[in-house]
Amino acid sequence: MSRFRLEIRVIPRPGLLDPEGKAIQHALLSLDYEQVQEVRVGKLLYLDVDAASSDEAREGAEAMCRRLLANPVTQDFEIQVQEATEETVPA
Amino acid sequence: MRVAIVTFPGSNCDYDLYKCVQLVGGTPEFRWHRETALGEVDVVMLPGGFSYGDYLRAGAIATMSPIMDAVKEFARSGGPVLGICNGFQMLCECGLLPGALLRNRSLLFSSRDVRLRVENASSVFTQEYQVGQILRMPIAHAEGNFHADGETLDRLEGEGQVLFRYADAEGEVVDSANPNGSARSIAGIVNESGNVMGMMPHPERAVEPILGSVDGLGLFTALLSHFSPLGAA
Repeated sequence: MSRFRLEIRVIPRPGLLDPEGKAIQHALLSLDYEQVQEVRVGKLLYLDVDAASSDEAREGAEAMCRRLLANPVTQDFEIQVQEATEETVPA
Repeated sequence: MRVAIVTFPGSNCDYDLYKCVQLVGGTPEFRWHRETALGEVDVVMLPGGFSYGDYLRAGAIATMSPIMDAVKEFARSGGPVLGICNGFQMLCECGLLPGALLRNRSLLFSSRDVRLRVENASSVFTQEYQVGQILRMPIAHAEGNFHADGETLDRLEGEGQVLFRYADAEGEVVDSANPNGSARSIAGIVNESGNVMGMMPHPERAVEPILGSVDGLGLFTALLSHFSPLGAA
């Protein structure tokens, strides 16, 4: 059994109205960052989990996303798995 | 009519519902979210509020509460379930209703009276209203922007599952009367079997003249007459 650090990104579906992203984009435009064409705002979750393998850690994370962490109607998710080290595990 | 009102940490419309059910002659009973059984009740109501501080997504964490298995079972067996505001968000989150409630397009928490047009008056929840009737009642939410894919919206409309739409005082469904950006101005829907209903506006806050409107009363008297046809509670 090893410890893994999961990095889960939950982001609004492309094309879905994201008023928070729009507001941030407008604020950036008001700072003259005219190069900004789109802003979308999601959530980043860090989970430290124990699993037998990286694949097992990922499968668990996918189930968590489908059941709770992401709303299948409005959000997509991305999962990155890395073996936890001294640096990744907070003290 | 015995009504279970489920209270979650952060619910704040549970007492409004309790009073409202009493007002129409029903018998309300509180159920704490950690309970696992509903008991012998005719109706289940999920109140408004900010369960779990709206963490993760509004209503999402509440759907993991122990009582929700019983609520789902009750709904599957045909029992009427009414979710108002945060309760509507929970019903979408747990899949008892289609779609999702997104952040208001204004990004603002919106607390004001709106007008609703009755779209379907044959459901158990709306049978005391008439199609086209205009109701006034308050909204108080930041995540009330109803969203579903086009196919789902077509099906909701085609099957008469849209019960209320936001409208202006003349009953016109116009964008300026849509307080949160909801798809097709949808304010309240019912599931395919007609026994699970969710809506963002607060009918329980429009049941006495002192509240400024009594237009929400019909929803509760409709349920009461369904369960107590002779007027007995």
